[in-house]
Amino acid sequence: MFDTLKTWFTEGIPIAEGAEWSKNKITDWFAFLFEPIKEHFGDFMSWLSEDVLMNIPPYILIIVIAIIAFFLSGKKLGLPIFSIVGLWLIYNQGLWDHLISTFTLVLLASILSVIVGVPLGILMSKSSIAEAIMKPVLDFMQTMPAFVYLIPAVAFFGIGMVPGVFASLIFATPPTVRFTNLGIRQVSKELVEASEAFGSTGAQKLFKVELPMARATIMAGINQTVMLALSMVVIASMIGAPGLGREVLSALQRAQVGPGFVAGIGIVILAIIIDRFTQTANSKKE
Amino acid sequence: MPVIEAKNLSKVFGKNPKHALELLDEGLSKDEILKKSGNTVGVNRASFSVDAGEIFVIMGLSGSGKSTLVRLINRLIEPTEGSILIDDQDLATMDKKELRQVRREKLSMVFQRFALFPHRTILQNAEYGLEIQNVPKEERSQKAKEALEMVGLGGYLDQRPDQLSGGMQQRVGLARALANDPEVLLMDEAFSALDPLIRKDMQDELLELQTKMKKTIIFITHDLDEALRIGDRIALMKDGSIVQIGSPEEILMNPANDYVERFVEDVDRSKVLTAQHIMKRPETINIEKHGPRVALERMREEGLSSILVVDSNRNLKGYVTAEDASEARKNDVRDIHEVLQTDIKKVDKETGMQDIFTIINGSPIPVAVVENERLVGIIVRGAVIAALAGDSEVNLDV
Repeated sequence: MFDTLKTWFTEGIPIAEGAEWSKNKITDWFAFLFEPIKEHFGDFMSWLSEDVLMNIPPYILIIVIAIIAFFLSGKKLGLPIFSIVGLWLIYNQGLWDHLISTFTLVLLASILSVIVGVPLGILMSKSSIAEAIMKPVLDFMQTMPAFVYLIPAVAFFGIGMVPGVFASLIFATPPTVRFTNLGIRQVSKELVEASEAFGSTGAQKLFKVELPMARATIMAGINQTVMLALSMVVIASMIGAPGLGREVLSALQRAQVGPGFVAGIGIVILAIIIDRFTQTANSKKE
Repeated sequence: MPVIEAKNLSKVFGKNPKHALELLDEGLSKDEILKKSGNTVGVNRASFSVDAGEIFVIMGLSGSGKSTLVRLINRLIEPTEGSILIDDQDLATMDKKELRQVRREKLSMVFQRFALFPHRTILQNAEYGLEIQNVPKEERSQKAKEALEMVGLGGYLDQRPDQLSGGMQQRVGLARALANDPEVLLMDEAFSALDPLIRKDMQDELLELQTKMKKTIIFITHDLDEALRIGDRIALMKDGSIVQIGSPEEILMNPANDYVERFVEDVDRSKVLTAQHIMKRPETINIEKHGPRVALERMREEGLSSILVVDSNRNLKGYVTAEDASEARKNDVRDIHEVLQTDIKKVDKETGMQDIFTIINGSPIPVAVVENERLVGIIVRGAVIAALAGDSEVNLDV
C-alpha cells in the first residue's frame, strides 16, 4: 500500500493507465451492446443518407425545405430565399452528397441527444441529489476537448458514422439537460402550487404545467445541442465520419486553401439554416 | 358542526424542527429559537374550526405565518405537528393518494398572484381541476363555463390570461376553484394584488356569490378593513401564533392583547359599529297607562329633557318633552296623546354608525333604536362621538 503511494508520488499517478483499463473493460463488458449498435445503427444511417435522402433530386429537396421555411418563419421570405440560394450554392460546388451525410449525422445525433437529455433534465430538476451529481459531470463533458471523445468512440464502435454520432451525443447533450433542468426549475412556484393544490399527480403536473411552461427554455437548449452536434460532426470526420467535415480535413492535410474554404462555407450555410429553423420553430408558437 | 378543524397545527422550517417545538414548549419566542437553534417557526400550534358556510378570515402582517398556515391546511407545506380534520378525516396523516383525492374534491385554492396557466385559455384554466380528475370533456367544459358565467366571464372563454385585467384574472382564478365544487375554498390574499377600487368590487362580489353558494371559505389577508368587511369570524396571527379569534366586533371592541389593540387602532370604527353597539337602555312611559304627570316624574328622576312613549308591546309611539309635560300638568291635561310628539327619528339596530351620525347631527332629542318597530334602545349624541373616538364604553352584549 505504502509502496504504491510512493511510486504514485515519484512516478505519477497512473490516470492514463486507469482510463485505458476502463475503456478496455467497458468494451469487453458492453460488446454485446456495442456490436449490434455498430452494425444495425450504422446500416440504418447509411440507408437514410444514401438510399433515401441522396435519392431525392436536390432541387426537389431544396424547394421542400424552402416551403417549410416559408411557413415556419410566419410567411416571411428571408429564410426561404436564403435556404434556396445557400443550398443551391452547395449543390453547385459539388458538395451535395457530403451535405446530406453531415445533415444525417446532425439529425440523428440531435434526436438522440434530445431523447437522452430531456429526461435527464427532468430528473435533475426533480431531485437535488441528481442535480448535485450531474452538474460536475455535465461540466466535465462540455469542457473536455471534443477530440478526446473520438478515442473511446473508435474503441467502442470502430470508425465511420456510428462513432461520430456517439461522440456528438456526449458532446452535444449537456445543453439540453441543463436547459430542461433550468426551465422546469424556473416555472413560477405559484403555478406549481396551483397545480398541486388541485390534486395533480406528478405526471400531470409535469406534462400539463411544467413542460409547457419550460418549453421555450428547453427549445433554446435543443438549439444549442443541434449546433454543438454540427460542430462535433465536423470534427468526427477525423474518425471517418463522412460529410463536409471530411472535405475540410482532406483540404487541411493537403494544404489546399480553395476546397477547404468552399467546404467551410458549406458548413456555415448548413449551420445558419439549422439554427434559424430551430429558433423560428421555437419563437413561432409563443 | 365544523367542516374543517385545525388542531395544534405547527410548522418549523429548519434542520431540527422537533427540537424547536420543545423550545417553544419551554416558552421561548420565535426570535430566541431562531438564534438558538437556527430553526424558523412558521406556524405555532394554530387551532381553530370553521363551520359550514362561514367566511373565516386569517389575518396578520407579512411574516406572521398566515400564508404558511393556509398551505398547511391543504398540505402544500407539510405540517411538523398537528392535525387538519376535514369531515373527520385527518389530512396530516393521509398518504399521497388520499391527499390528492381530498384536494380534488374538497379543497380548492385561489392564489394571490392568480397563478393562472398562461399557456391555456380561460376556459382551459377553469377546466384544470376537472381535467386532472379525468372528467369527460363535455362535462368539464360545461361545469367550467357555469363557473365562469357565475363570476361574469362567460364571454372570455377563448382568451388567454394575459389578455385580461388583474381583476378579471382573479375571477378566472375564482372560477377555476369553484368549477370543482369544493367544500372549502382557500383564498390566499386573493385580492391583495388588485388595486383598491377593484378590490372592493371583488369583496362585494365574493359576498354576493357567497349568499348563493354558501361555501366554507378560509380567507387570508393582511388588510384589516378587508377582514372586517368579509369575515364572519377573524383569526389574528402574530409570529406564527393565533392571538385572537372572534367576530369582527369582538376583535375591535375587546382586543385580546396589545398587539391586537394596536392592529385595530386605526380602523375606521364607523364602518363596523352599528346602532346596537352604542345604544342605551331607554326610559319609557306606557301610552296606555301613564299620563303627563308620570312622564314628568320619570324625567325628573332620570334628569332627562324628554322621554319615549311606547305601548304595552313596546311599539314606539313617540315622545314627550319635559316642557310639554309640565305645561299639560299645569293645565290639568290627563291624556298623554295631547302632548305626544311623533316626529321622532328612528333607526334600525343594524344601522351603521355613519348613517346614525348624519341623523343624530341636528336632532335635539335622542334617536330611537328599533327592531321591527319595537323599541330596543336609544342613542344619545355623546355615545356616537365616544364610539368614533375609540372609547370602549359600548355595549356588546346584544
